[in-house]
Amino acid sequence: MSAQAVAASIVDPEIRELTIEELGILREVREDGSGGVVVSITPTYSGCPAMDVIRADILGALHRAGFSGAVVRTVLEPAWSTDMISEAGRAKLAAAGIAPPGPAGPVTLALPPACPRCGSRRTEQLSRFGATACKALWRCRVCREPFEGVKPL
Amino acid sequence: MTTVEYLLGLGDDALVEAQRLAAWCARAPEMEEDVALANIALDQLGAARLLLGYAGELEGLGRDEDALAYLRDDRDFRNVLLVELPDADFGTMIAKLLFLSAYQVLLYRRLSTGEDARLAGIAAKAVKESAYHLDHASLWTVRLGDGTDESRRRMQAAVDELWPYSHELFGWHGDLRDGWLSTVDGVLAEATLRRPAGGCRTSPAADSASVAGWQPRGGRAGRHTEHLSYLLGEMQVLHRAHPGARW
Repeated sequence: MSAQAVAASIVDPEIRELTIEELGILREVREDGSGGVVVSITPTYSGCPAMDVIRADILGALHRAGFSGAVVRTVLEPAWSTDMISEAGRAKLAAAGIAPPGPAGPVTLALPPACPRCGSRRTEQLSRFGATACKALWRCRVCREPFEGVKPL
Repeated sequence: MTTVEYLLGLGDDALVEAQRLAAWCARAPEMEEDVALANIALDQLGAARLLLGYAGELEGLGRDEDALAYLRDDRDFRNVLLVELPDADFGTMIAKLLFLSAYQVLLYRRLSTGEDARLAGIAAKAVKESAYHLDHASLWTVRLGDGTDESRRRMQAAVDELWPYSHELFGWHGDLRDGWLSTVDGVLAEATLRRPAGGCRTSPAADSASVAGWQPRGGRAGRHTEHLSYLLGEMQVLHRAHPGARW
């Protein structure tokens, strides 16, 4: 298994339905040909508390796959955006009951997310901030179910 | 040229604000607000870590983000006085967040296209988060200002009390004040609140009476209120009692 494939299979510790590749935070995996690997990741939010766990998970998985000299570095540029979540990632989010984000842009122009259960756009925001930095709390006015949505960023 | 002092100023603003906001967790009026304020605190802490980490490297004395956060004394902090003031009530906390985030949005937006690539990277990340902070503070300002008699009285009192401290935010970037005023004015108008006098420092149309007024400052030079000392006492106690302690 290539180092790229190993790193790409790591799941996000907070949204476990997605791999870090699908979430768009895996930037680059570079192998030097003699066992050394440099993995570049980027945080979703500046204060994302999951970064340490992600770093440890990547190193652990690479070690088990035989890459003992791996290094994980954090890059900021370009800043992560929810637009970097892959199509597969969006589908997995919706399947898990988490509304995928709309296009990133000015906060005030964002459309409300569709309810991941019944698909209605008649949804209302309960709170701008949810259980993790990247999510907000919503409720569907049609099926009445509360749900989480990834905030466009 | 980016200086250590400058990075400490920006980093300490974010760090001290994070510490104040974190104190609201489990004490806000509703659970969603606990979560919201903790999230905003985390964003500020994240920006603070990046800025202080950079400051430490630039300084070249071997101090990392933890050494700068936990082992400096109050006179070595460079944050503006606004963020260290105690949160007398919920309205005070919201007014501080409104003033600070309206400034941070403009500041980080400017820095995101600046010459210092590393600082630009930090700012480009933070500016998107600050937009959410400003949005949150604005919604609460409107809700409280245009709310009950009691909420309105408290929100106006908070704005009046903190207004003089807003001047210090623009010590390094005086030209951002006009943009800040237009943001904050819009929110205050929607909240049916009165903007205190002494606001139009850079506007040529301002009359002398509104230019004058008390403008407390000194934070950027390390001259703080006693409130910072108590805040740091609580924030630093663990690290100072157990140097190098890790989770």
